[in-house]
Amino acid sequence: MGSRASTLLREEEIEEIKKETGFSHSQITRLYSRFTSLDKGENGTLSREDFQRIPELAINPLGDRIINAFFPEGEDQVNFRGFMRTLAHFRPIEDNEKNKDPTASEPLNSRTNKLLFAFRLYDLDRDDKISRDELLQVLRMMVGLNMFVSQVLRMMVGLNMFVSQVLRMMVGVNISDEQLGSIADRTIQEADQNGDNSISFNEFIKVLEKVDVEQKMSIRFLH
Amino acid sequence: MSGLWHGKILMLMVVLTVSRHSLPGTNASTGNGTENTITTLPIVTWKWHHTEGPYLVALWVLVSWICKLVFQLNPALTNVFPESGLLICIGWVLGGIIYGADKVQTFRLQPFTFFYYLLPPIVLDAGYSMPNKQFMGNLGAILVHAVIGTVWNAASLGLGLWGCWLGGAMGHLNTGLLQLLLFGSLIAAVDPVAVIAVFEEVHVNEVLYIIVFGESLLNDGVTVVLFNVFDAFVSLGGPAINAVEIIKGIISFFVVAFGGSLVGIAFGILISLLTRLTKKTPTIEPGFIFVFGYLSYLTAEFLSLSAILSCTFCGVFCQKYVNTNMSEKSVNTVRTTMKVFANGSETVIFVFLGISAIDPSIWVWNTGFILLTLLFIFVFRFMGVFVLTWILNQYRLVPLGLIEQLVMGYGGLRGAVAYGLVFLLDENKYKEKNLMISTTLLVVYFTVMLQGITMKPLVNWLKVKRATTDEAMLAEKIMNRTFDHMLVAIEDISGQIGHNYLWDKWHNFEEKWLFRILMNPTARKSRDYIFNIFHQLNLKDAMSYVQEGERRGSLAFVRNDSKADVDFNKQFDTDFTDMPDIMGPDHIPVPFVLRDSVPSVSLNMHEQDQKMRESEDFNAHHLLQQHLYKGRKQRHTYSRKQPVVNRDEDEVQEIFQRTMRSRLESFKSAKMGVAQPKKITKHSKKDQTEKMSNGKPADDSKIHSYGDEDFEFSEGDSAGDAAGGSFPMAAYKGGAGIVNPAYMAEMDSNEPMPPMPQIPPWLAEAGEDSSNVAPSQRAQLRLPWTPTNLRRLAPLRLSTHSNDSFLLADSPATQEGTEPQPPLPLQDGRGRGTHM
Repeated sequence: MGSRASTLLREEEIEEIKKETGFSHSQITRLYSRFTSLDKGENGTLSREDFQRIPELAINPLGDRIINAFFPEGEDQVNFRGFMRTLAHFRPIEDNEKNKDPTASEPLNSRTNKLLFAFRLYDLDRDDKISRDELLQVLRMMVGLNMFVSQVLRMMVGLNMFVSQVLRMMVGVNISDEQLGSIADRTIQEADQNGDNSISFNEFIKVLEKVDVEQKMSIRFLH
Repeated sequence: MSGLWHGKILMLMVVLTVSRHSLPGTNASTGNGTENTITTLPIVTWKWHHTEGPYLVALWVLVSWICKLVFQLNPALTNVFPESGLLICIGWVLGGIIYGADKVQTFRLQPFTFFYYLLPPIVLDAGYSMPNKQFMGNLGAILVHAVIGTVWNAASLGLGLWGCWLGGAMGHLNTGLLQLLLFGSLIAAVDPVAVIAVFEEVHVNEVLYIIVFGESLLNDGVTVVLFNVFDAFVSLGGPAINAVEIIKGIISFFVVAFGGSLVGIAFGILISLLTRLTKKTPTIEPGFIFVFGYLSYLTAEFLSLSAILSCTFCGVFCQKYVNTNMSEKSVNTVRTTMKVFANGSETVIFVFLGISAIDPSIWVWNTGFILLTLLFIFVFRFMGVFVLTWILNQYRLVPLGLIEQLVMGYGGLRGAVAYGLVFLLDENKYKEKNLMISTTLLVVYFTVMLQGITMKPLVNWLKVKRATTDEAMLAEKIMNRTFDHMLVAIEDISGQIGHNYLWDKWHNFEEKWLFRILMNPTARKSRDYIFNIFHQLNLKDAMSYVQEGERRGSLAFVRNDSKADVDFNKQFDTDFTDMPDIMGPDHIPVPFVLRDSVPSVSLNMHEQDQKMRESEDFNAHHLLQQHLYKGRKQRHTYSRKQPVVNRDEDEVQEIFQRTMRSRLESFKSAKMGVAQPKKITKHSKKDQTEKMSNGKPADDSKIHSYGDEDFEFSEGDSAGDAAGGSFPMAAYKGGAGIVNPAYMAEMDSNEPMPPMPQIPPWLAEAGEDSSNVAPSQRAQLRLPWTPTNLRRLAPLRLSTHSNDSFLLADSPATQEGTEPQPPLPLQDGRGRGTHM
């Protein structure tokens, strides 16, 4: 598989990607074979459906948002270059990259770019602000119910519990939208500095000052 | 608290009474012979000899603890010096005083005292408070370092010293290869006591901490085993050792290590089982943990298995179950008491290490031997760490950086175990025992004092990642979760799923069997720490709720409209005692269910009582913690190929359903507006199975298979319980014919039969009558529920949740995997809009 993929990928193309993203040659060929295996249409680009076929993404609460992040605005196809560009955000920052000359353009995996990627995940309308609604939308995706109908039913059947009790438990277990709203409000309050009731990118960076973004937004790409 | 004191006193008595015989300087012949004939009745008599032994022990403990107290009162001092080093210094001073008074060192740390009384509490505490998840996640790295690293340390030091000895660097010493290897093995192990003492003060990041700590804990076991093997070899004598003996030695090494661990796990199971029964005796409940922990140590010891490993694994294994089974009070008691003992004996050990040095009779100086030992230990430790970590890094998702390796190497503190072992040596066999003792002492001092003191500046200087500070802000907390999800997704997309397959299997096994067998069905506590905080906060809320209620007059108002609120806990408790008989074999363990139920009660209160705003900050944090989806896997587990979905099954199911639904909707609206969901989802399912490039189609079925078990009510159960007013769910089980006569009639008369037998009526009804407006949550709470208006349950069940995937997750339709779901009317915004 790998050999076939590498024959399809032109050498100069690899060089360009290498330069742009910082991935190594072997990483690029490996990811290219992954790319082709995702590419069911075999037309050299990936569509949203291609991504959605990855079963694990279906159980990722942010899966669809992340898929969206691969697509430039207004487009619904992404080629290998674009694919790699997005993945490059998650490349760990290597030690020798830290002290590079500052004149060169910022690599894709810099702290700022990593943060920008995360920021864009929230900022749906791309107005460079996370509004309360945008935050709330993501929160809704990420918040789950801890108790499930099956469990409740078992209890009811098994225990002669009053329906009211069970209902009460279910209500209580869920975070209500109201509560989520207040969480969103608080979060924005924490971050908001200029009082516009939304989080700008600068405020976003400020909030995550202490967070080890370099590590938390990096994965180790296999060679 | 009575339990706490009971336990403490009990254990202290044991320690005191037994150790009097083991301490030198306490006179064994105190009991007899001071009976003088008396001429008159004495009012008081002087009985020093009766009490001397225990008294001295108690005094020693007191003195060393006071030293610790004094240090902790001087933060300026402890900022620079590690506590362990300071305690050793105090030991020197005390030793000097004793030596000055007695002219001979009467106090000395005896191996027996050390191994039987001082060490077990430390080991048990380390195991019991081990962060299980991280420990298991890094188990590979820990084991490699603990086993291979220790063997390497021992062998390299032994061989290195042997080479130098042959080369004549040490002058004339009466020793040999085997003896030097023995010495190497006893001093090879990094000492948990010293390491914990230093690393806990430094606050390095969790991964680094768990690796160093886990290694130090496990390699003690390894080192003792090695020590015994080499000791046996020395006794056999050089010529008698052939290949067979060496193979036997290797086998014995593994038998001892694994046997010890197994004994520990067996005792862990015993404790867990026992604590299921101790509800009626809460006062001695905590004591069982200590007794069993100690017994696991002793049992392994008399089976000549590794006692340290046994005790460690006993603690590691039982903590989860025990903490769930015991009452909250007992858990606190165990935790506190465990810490008291561990910290106490740690303190005593360090003081004794200092005292032992002030004894001219043990000091033998051999410049070559001592300096070479120090050098070799230092150098070989680093070499071992670098090589092993390099190998491990090939398999780790988050490789350990150079800086972390440096700290790991530098954290190779030797300590009391080495000292205890070296005293065990038989002077007749080892002519250079005293040299070994003094070298060991120097090594301990060198590592604990010098490396201990310089550790903190080094960590600062190298900018080692520290333990993450508390997530003070909600934004950080939310973002951290976002990061987790992102990383998982990116890994999935790039097709490199690092996952520990065995860990996942273990998880399933645990869910299915261990929780059922080992956990008390009435245990109402959660297994995780965060829940405990949450629970505490809720208790506080409840208290202020009561106060608020009393301020308003009486709590009677609670009874008026929502009686169940007050009765709820009680009812719940009693009901759940019947649980195990009723449940089928597949049920989700009860504590899991209960965990969720406990906060629910107080959350209710929280909603009802708006006056508790002051605690909302906390609550918001913990609510989030409780409810945010966990990242699918722990990133630090080292990489394996299988893309196994390791998440709480229901959660997975829920997200999956939700995602599928939203995709379906966007598909419908985007493409044609004609719903052909069946085809679409089937198609995607097929694709998943066929084309998942990770080649594990079994996962697919795994994702979809949960629905079935949820509806397996046996006939007997539902029939038996139906009379009691339970919800007649069983009646809808896929048309299987279980009819609950009490409610069926009513249902029939009030409601059209559902169009599809598979779909519960509320779903069907909701589908038809999409204009249902949800009453507010609070309104629902106050709706009087009686069996006669049960019918209304259907729409309400729907509307209580903004999240319709909740229902989908469990509707029988999921038995078919991704079969189309009837569109549900209530979207987040709309349903809620009415009451927000």
